[in-house]
Amino acid sequence: MTDSDVKAMTADIEVPSFKVAAFTSPVKLSEAKVAIVTSASLHHPDDEGFSPGDVGYRVLESNKRDYVLGHWSPNFDAIGYALDINTVFPIDRLDELAARGIIGSVSDKHLSYAGNQFELSAIRMDSGPAGAKFLKEQDVDIVLLTPV
Amino acid sequence: MSTLAHIFEAAGMATIALGSVKDQIKNAAPPRGLWCDFPLGRPLGIPQNAEFQHRVLAEAFSLLDSKQTVFKEYDIAIRDEGTEVMACALPPRHDPKAHPAVDEANGLRPAYERALAKYGNRIGAGRTIPSEQISEAIESFIRVAEGTPWKEAGVPGIPARVSQDIRGYYETAALALSDHAPEAWAGTRWFLDHTEAGKVVLSARQAMADAGEKQPIWFYMVPGDR
Repeated sequence: MTDSDVKAMTADIEVPSFKVAAFTSPVKLSEAKVAIVTSASLHHPDDEGFSPGDVGYRVLESNKRDYVLGHWSPNFDAIGYALDINTVFPIDRLDELAARGIIGSVSDKHLSYAGNQFELSAIRMDSGPAGAKFLKEQDVDIVLLTPV
Repeated sequence: MSTLAHIFEAAGMATIALGSVKDQIKNAAPPRGLWCDFPLGRPLGIPQNAEFQHRVLAEAFSLLDSKQTVFKEYDIAIRDEGTEVMACALPPRHDPKAHPAVDEANGLRPAYERALAKYGNRIGAGRTIPSEQISEAIESFIRVAEGTPWKEAGVPGIPARVSQDIRGYYETAALALSDHAPEAWAGTRWFLDHTEAGKVVLSARQAMADAGEKQPIWFYMVPGDR
């Protein structure tokens, strides 16, 4: 069993296409508020976990670190995250970049979705735009997206 | 992930998407995509290595300098050779009357509890069955491996999800039995190839496949390349 064997299984998975790719010119990084959006199904133990096929999102807060990896796929290594949440959710690294003035600030709120979805219409039409609206309301300028 | 990048970008935020599978991120074409050839589950590369993670982030943020959509390959790859296995001491036999896998799972409980206390339940074990029922779940898979149809074997949930909890219990316990950050998949290989419970899960999966059970019921009990 190797990582490349597992990755090879995804070779035939179709990816969605966007006829027109949106492009937003970023504000200056040193003035930008940055948020993380992950598809690792992270959630706080006090929040509802992700069910298989869950197309919703959960809000992650910057001041917490006890997030559960709620992804239902067996096809990734979980021990890296267990040892260091920054392996998937690099919140400490962003805090350090903000302290050094490299990024403007770190958003208090971040988002988590469940990756490994094959039916994406609900995310494209509903929970994706809703999550984007939520982060816009937090005055987020730049979004870093991380998978598992 | 890349789908969300398109959506968030359209809402007026600049995005940078990290991707671990080249074809996926390249074909989905997020506005700014950085393919990092790192093992699945480790998009920032190396746990407990802030310097490495910062280097990845610096490369990611550098994509913001582009005036148009951009795809880039990170210049360092982390390849899993499929050889490293976590070196975790397994408990000695305690109850000779118990199946070796059940005895083993019970013997690992102190390690599981220590890991929970130190790291929390980050792996997410216990989503289908509480950890107190791990032994019963293993016993049900033993019956499946011996030929009992899974619906009659007392499997306490969808087999793939129950298996996920057994693996999570073992990999959580492994955190307390190792003193370094292992390479990716080393914990999974330890569980599947070096523990009695892993053998039971694989045997039960094979038995279900041989019995003609629906593929989604058993296939996802372990990583799909097994």
